[in-house]
Amino acid sequence: MPEVKRYPNRLGIKGWLVGGKWGPERYLYFLHRVTGLGLLLYLLMHIVVVSSRAFGQEQWEWAMGRVSGPVFLVGEFLVFVAFVFHALNGVRLVLVELGILTGKAEDPVFPYRSSVNVQRPFMIVMMILAAILIVLGGYDFFVLVAH
Amino acid sequence: MSDNGVKDFVFRVRRFDPVKDDSPHYQDFKVPVKPGWTILEGLWYIKENMDSSLSWRSSCRMGVCGSCGMLVNGSPTLACNTQIRDVATGVLMLAPLPNFDIIRDLVPDLAPMFDKHTHLMPHIKRDDQEEMLEPTDQYWQSPEELDQFLQFSYCIKCGCCMAACPTFATDATFSGPQPLSQAYRYLIDSRDDAFKERKTLLGSGGVGPWRCHYAGECSTVCPKGVDPARAIQLMKRELVLDYLRLSKASKRKPAGLLPAEKRLGRRDDIPEAPPFTVEDAS
Repeated sequence: MPEVKRYPNRLGIKGWLVGGKWGPERYLYFLHRVTGLGLLLYLLMHIVVVSSRAFGQEQWEWAMGRVSGPVFLVGEFLVFVAFVFHALNGVRLVLVELGILTGKAEDPVFPYRSSVNVQRPFMIVMMILAAILIVLGGYDFFVLVAH
Repeated sequence: MSDNGVKDFVFRVRRFDPVKDDSPHYQDFKVPVKPGWTILEGLWYIKENMDSSLSWRSSCRMGVCGSCGMLVNGSPTLACNTQIRDVATGVLMLAPLPNFDIIRDLVPDLAPMFDKHTHLMPHIKRDDQEEMLEPTDQYWQSPEELDQFLQFSYCIKCGCCMAACPTFATDATFSGPQPLSQAYRYLIDSRDDAFKERKTLLGSGGVGPWRCHYAGECSTVCPKGVDPARAIQLMKRELVLDYLRLSKASKRKPAGLLPAEKRLGRRDDIPEAPPFTVEDAS
């Protein structure tokens, strides 16, 4: 049979955000990955900075001086935001992936009610909780600490 | 809008001709849409009146065969059971299902999905081959055991879930929601006797459920309410329980034949099958 030319149409990483009209859980999937990678990057940087203490007091103070200032305060707040979101969304994912929040198989009667609908109230609660913690954290970072 | 309810819609269709085009492009068609028209009827109107070269795949026209899956206004769905006025007000964007190679226009190459589906053994597997090939009676299965997989057995293999899956969008080795939901459908079937074999298969080469991180979009777009995401999470649960030696599915014996005292025999009001119309069919 002759080879038929095909056009590759895989969405790739850009498909996590664009390429379709998706529900909130799909965007949470994207955010969970991005925050996970961000926290991993922070962990590596943290190890590098803290390890400077092993080279003496002077090295430690020099390293700490490099990572202070308003830019790094915002950066630390972003780490906090990533941590709060990743932790609370992670709790939801653990419960979903153990089949606790998905519900049992049911008759598909239109309009269909899928496992996404079953876990959604918990997802909303987790996201509201994350938002509250982020606001409180922001108050602590930028108001209480600044004064 | 005219008196008989006809309203013009722009069908913005992603076109690709493998002979002439290097990459896909969009083409607009102005279609006079009657009330109640499905997207498939709009496509037929274009083919019969405007451009006979427009290609797509369709067959049953009633959401059963799974042929006409396509991306409609950014969401994978079936063209035959989606009414135009339900999803658009003036412009309708049509594209082939993403994550599959385009053969032509709205025709995706679904072969990789079927290969993955076949690889995960979508059939009952048990030792009594003689009974399987020449059944003497039905296997005994309770309604509760049936309910564990019935929802997932309605899959029509349209590929909409695969087009919506963000993991499959980046990882071609991932089995994807359609094959995995069907793997669970047989894993949990009480007539099946291949839990260990299926577990080994699902744990090898990253094809199993662990690359799924519950974006949930496969279940949202499924036109038959099959809920592949649920099947995959329940599969993970079963595999975790098996690891903890708590899984009932991995320990059970496959369903045997119906006990003699429960056999009802053939109902009198069901007529016998008609004789063969082809001589060598027997």
